[in-house]
This record gives sequence, structure tokens and C-alpha cells, in this order.
Amino acid sequence: MAKSSIKVRAKVKKGEAKVKCLISHPMETGLRKNKKTGKLIPPRFIQEVVCESGGKTVMNAQWNATISKNPFLSFAFSGAKSGDTIKISWVDNTGKSDSTEAKMK
Amino acid sequence: MNHNRRVLLKGTFAAGATGIAISAGLLTPKAALAAWPKAAFESKDANAALEASLGSSSTTESSDIKLKAPDIAENGAVVPITITSKIANTEAISLIVAKNGTPLAATFNLGATTSGFVSTRIKMGKTSDVTAVVKAGGKLYSTTKNVKVTIGGCGG
Repeated sequence: MAKSSIKVRAKVKKGEAKVKCLISHPMETGLRKNKKTGKLIPPRFIQEVVCESGGKTVMNAQWNATISKNPFLSFAFSGAKSGDTIKISWVDNTGKSDSTEAKMK
Repeated sequence: MNHNRRVLLKGTFAAGATGIAISAGLLTPKAALAAWPKAAFESKDANAALEASLGSSSTTESSDIKLKAPDIAENGAVVPITITSKIANTEAISLIVAKNGTPLAATFNLGATTSGFVSTRIKMGKTSDVTAVVKAGGKLYSTTKNVKVTIGGCGG
């Protein structure tokens, strides 16, 4: 993939980092029908999102197909400083995955 | 020569057994992902889903959890949800949408330094109670809010 499917913005304020990320993913539930063919669109959704910073896992999110398409996720953690890197990765039910790294501001 | 043949036979037999296990649904590729609690997410009952995900289904109402969600969601496909927990040592936050086909929407496992705050967007089939369940110190706390949905976000 030339371009990462994940956009990350992280900002540190008073030792607490606030992370916002946007993942581009269809998040198909497997319940929707293709209007032209009448066939069900197979499920494809992110099952797990892992966020790491400073060698530690700060957040491990397990998702169902309930999460909206192009998921947005925001969370915060303490003990961070400006310039630290944060790594976000996801795995979906078809085994596809992607990850990205960003520097915190 | 003879010995080699034994080994080959053994090998094919073992492979055959794994094949049977796969076809019987014991070793689906999904199970290989391990950490994702399939039973919890596919459960159609909110209590059973909680039990499979957080280990218990008995929750205590708590005013220390803030669940920010719209009173009326115009579009059920995108319902913004923000959960803030002021309970010390929040370990995990789960989100339950009572009337969705599979009620458990997500479980966020938080690290030691992570604050009790998550925000995301979910799909809702119809008007339903949304419950945030927080696990802290081995106990479960919850808070519920009703969200009205004018257009469903599932199926369609």
C-alpha cells in the first residue's frame, strides 16, 4: 500500500497525550445486500486495533462490525512527551492489516 | 526404503487429521487470531456477550461514568459515542447496543497509563439503549443512555 489507511494526530498537553485516529475501511457487516445482484456482501470489518507507544501497549481495542465505516477512534494516556512516537495497527476479519507510526506534537 | 514409507504414511495421516479438524470448525482461520473473543461478539444476548468478554455480567450503576451520545441520531450508520470513566484503575471499557443483532460493539482494553476515555462512532439498527460497561478492580460498572434512531444503519 502506497498510502497508509490510518491517519493519526496526537497532541501532548500537561503530560497527557490525546490521540485521534481515522482509519479508512469499509466495515461491512455481512448483512448488507448488493442492490444490483441481490447477493449479500461478505463481512469485512476490523477486529483489533493496537496502539503502542514507548514499547508499551497503551490501548487494545476489539471491535465488532457495529463500528461505523471509516472508523474514528480517540483516547488519551499519560506519561507521554512531545516527540514520542506512537504506533497504531489494525487487523480485520479477512486477515488484512495495516500499521502506521506518527510523532506526537 | 520401508522406513521412509512409514514416515510418509504417518505424515499424510496427521495432515488428514488437521484437515478434518478444520472442516469440523475446530480450527477456523478466525480462531487463529486468538485474542478476538468470537463468542462474545457473535452472541445475540447482551449478558452472555458481557460474560464472554469481561468475565461477568453483573454490573453496578455508576454516576462516575459519563456516556456522551446524541438523544436523537439522525443517521444510525454514524452515531458518535464518547465514554469517560472517572473510576480509578479502569481496565477495560465495553460498549453494548441492546437492540443490535449482536449487542457487543467494542471492548477497549486500556493500558496502565491510559486514561478512562474513549471516543468512537458506531452503527445502530434502531432506537435502543446504549450501555457503557467499565471494568475496574475486577468489578463492573455501567451507565445507560437511550438513543433514538430515525434511519437505521444496519442492513439497508
